[in-house]
Amino acid sequence: MQELTSHAAIELRGIDKSFGSVHAVRGVSLRVERGSITGIVGENGAGKSTLMSILYGLYRADAGEIRVEGRPVEMTSPRDAIGQGIGMVHQHFMLVDSFTVLENLILGAEGGPLLAGGLAAARTELARLAHEYGLAIDPDARVADLSVGEQQRVEILKVLFRGARILILDEPSAVLTPQETDRLLQILRVLREGGVTVVLITHKLREILSVSDRVIVMRRGEVVAERVTSKTSAEELAELMVGRKVRFSFDKVPVRAGEPRLVARGLSLVDGRRVRVLDDISFEVRAGEIVGIAGVSGNGQTELLQVLSGIRRPTGGTLEVCGRKVDASHPADPAEMRDLGVAHVPEDRLRQGLVPAFLASETSILGYQDREPFCRNYLLDGPAVGKHCAELMERFDVRPRTPGLLSSSFSGGNQQKLILAREMAGHPRLLLVGQPTRGVDIGAIEFIRRELIASRDSGCAVLVVSVELEEILSLADRILVMSGGRIVGEVAAADADERTLGLMMTGARAA
Amino acid sequence: MEEALTLVIATLAATLRVATPLVLCAMGGLFSEKSGIIDVGLEGKMLMAAFFAAATAAVTDSAWMGVGAAILAAEVLALLHGFACITHRGNQVVSGIALNILAMGLTVVLGTAWFARGGQTPPLSPGERLNPIFFPVAGDNVIVYATLLSVPFTWWLIERTRFGLRLRAVGEMPLAVDAAGISVTWLRYRAVLLCGLFAGLAGAYLSIAQNAGFSRDMTAGQGFIALAAIIFGRWRPFPAFGACLAFGLLDSIAIRLQGVKLPGIGEVPVQLIQAMPYLLTLFLLAGFIGRTVAPKAAGVPYEKEH
Repeated sequence: MQELTSHAAIELRGIDKSFGSVHAVRGVSLRVERGSITGIVGENGAGKSTLMSILYGLYRADAGEIRVEGRPVEMTSPRDAIGQGIGMVHQHFMLVDSFTVLENLILGAEGGPLLAGGLAAARTELARLAHEYGLAIDPDARVADLSVGEQQRVEILKVLFRGARILILDEPSAVLTPQETDRLLQILRVLREGGVTVVLITHKLREILSVSDRVIVMRRGEVVAERVTSKTSAEELAELMVGRKVRFSFDKVPVRAGEPRLVARGLSLVDGRRVRVLDDISFEVRAGEIVGIAGVSGNGQTELLQVLSGIRRPTGGTLEVCGRKVDASHPADPAEMRDLGVAHVPEDRLRQGLVPAFLASETSILGYQDREPFCRNYLLDGPAVGKHCAELMERFDVRPRTPGLLSSSFSGGNQQKLILAREMAGHPRLLLVGQPTRGVDIGAIEFIRRELIASRDSGCAVLVVSVELEEILSLADRILVMSGGRIVGEVAAADADERTLGLMMTGARAA
Repeated sequence: MEEALTLVIATLAATLRVATPLVLCAMGGLFSEKSGIIDVGLEGKMLMAAFFAAATAAVTDSAWMGVGAAILAAEVLALLHGFACITHRGNQVVSGIALNILAMGLTVVLGTAWFARGGQTPPLSPGERLNPIFFPVAGDNVIVYATLLSVPFTWWLIERTRFGLRLRAVGEMPLAVDAAGISVTWLRYRAVLLCGLFAGLAGAYLSIAQNAGFSRDMTAGQGFIALAAIIFGRWRPFPAFGACLAFGLLDSIAIRLQGVKLPGIGEVPVQLIQAMPYLLTLFLLAGFIGRTVAPKAAGVPYEKEH
């Protein structure tokens, strides 16, 4: 009888799983204590999501044993997992947008062939859950009308509604704003109070450190460390995840700014809805410096990059790019911009940076496809393109080093490295980078930032737009803050900190 | 006055007569489309069903055997569509068109081989047909009444039952259905089979109730008009029903207008009148398709990761 109380909520023993030649999970054993929050961290491809998919019955393990509350169980489908009281909140929500909260809640647990009874019962249960865990939500609201944070709450409620006592969250904060993330972490704490066991998969260390009781670190399909959260640090976890020391800040040589490569004067843009998305923007970027643009997402940064790279025409103001004047009556399209020496790493890598269905080798020349030596007599020179791509992959450590693989089969970090490699290969005079490390794992973040600084040191003018303040602070020599389509402040990096920038971003203080 | 009243009643009865196969097809198509399976093969299913209904009724002397054969024939095509689109994740439009072509060819070939009447089936005697129940002139046979019931039934099934909830979900977000532990495949097969049932009834109506035998291409695009009605009705049963009635009304008015001299215009060419329902279809599809809200996953095969 004494045994009973000591059973872990989940115990995995020797779980092993391969996909073809990829050994995704290698003999993993771990315990998750009941009523605790356990973090599982690891870089993309470390096997943490695969492991949780095995636990949730989406994949079958090749070997190993799963025990829930001490009982060995077979997981062949999510239905089995749900039956064992395990629920999963996926990174991409499994909600029907056109349904109400209530309808989403009962889908798959309707409680009978007719809906009326099930809906009424669900309404009562929802009220109880809302009361118990502080998860208030309008049961009759359409999911499409809810914010992303609220949709996630619906996902959590869905899992609790099915009676789950063990909750797995896969990268839950990937789609949330910082405020929504804080709210989520608060909810997880309340759930823990209520006796729910939480497994949190993420690669954001801040969240793990703030909310979890224990941390399990995975690397290359194995559990490499287990720590009590209060006795570890972000530095240690990052090092364990990557397998070597990781640095996020760099000692930069003092800035030696040269001639201006980009001069914007009174730039403005009015969009199709007649909204002034850019308003009287003036700044310059000089050779050999990194200018960072900080701001809450959606304050004109995206549009500014589009104008600077030639994707959109400004409606007012002038732009001088590497000595050439560009304005509404003398526009330059992206190809002309590129010919002027402007390289652009777009914010949205999957839509603007590459074509997912193209080969890596094709991605490596996108935008440069009509230049020598890739193109001869209107025909692409396949071997030359492949060789170019292989060189870029070698130099920028893109893995796997297979030019013949589809672009979509690379991880986010490797896609980003390939795009950066492509844009930097032509030794641009002005480099525009949007969200350089969005959705990129820690090892790649360090690499990308190092390359951007190297580019600055070799005399390139670099403009970095990022919503991550920490990124702006570690890269930029000068920081511009955007809010409501305007530049509301400029600070030298040496004088800047997160707090003052944050205040400027919300328009609370102008510099 | 009495004459006008008779005319109105006659026109309404004609409307219902013409609209019946449209409504049946629209309801069947609704189930399929709600589940995320586009069905441009309604036409083919109906045609095949019409042929087998007439052929079976002629051979067995039983209208009810004809109805059974019609449903069976339509279900075979429905299963073929399901096999191509659900099991093998093929292109739904291509599969639907292929089935239409198959039905068009097969009915004529089989008809010629079995009855040697240039693709027609032998004319049916009243005993081999479904006959009007109360009003001989109105043509109110059993399928007409079933059709009237099918609309609220479809609404109830889709809006008020567990099956309906899951059906709507699978057409919008099959991933959510899968994650809830429900089989996407089985749900979609059931929807496609329901569609076959309704299209089968529609086919039987054409050849053994409205007409007394099968003639080649007798569906004359009504399956597509039903499809237009679904879209015009924004994938909801009652508005789709309304759209079908509008088509029916147009058609019955067109029949009355033939040979009539309109003041100031003169005689309207028969061809133009006959083209009216198709023109309306074109107009509605062009004008409304942009603003309507189709099930989000319609036309997209569901593929599980790994």
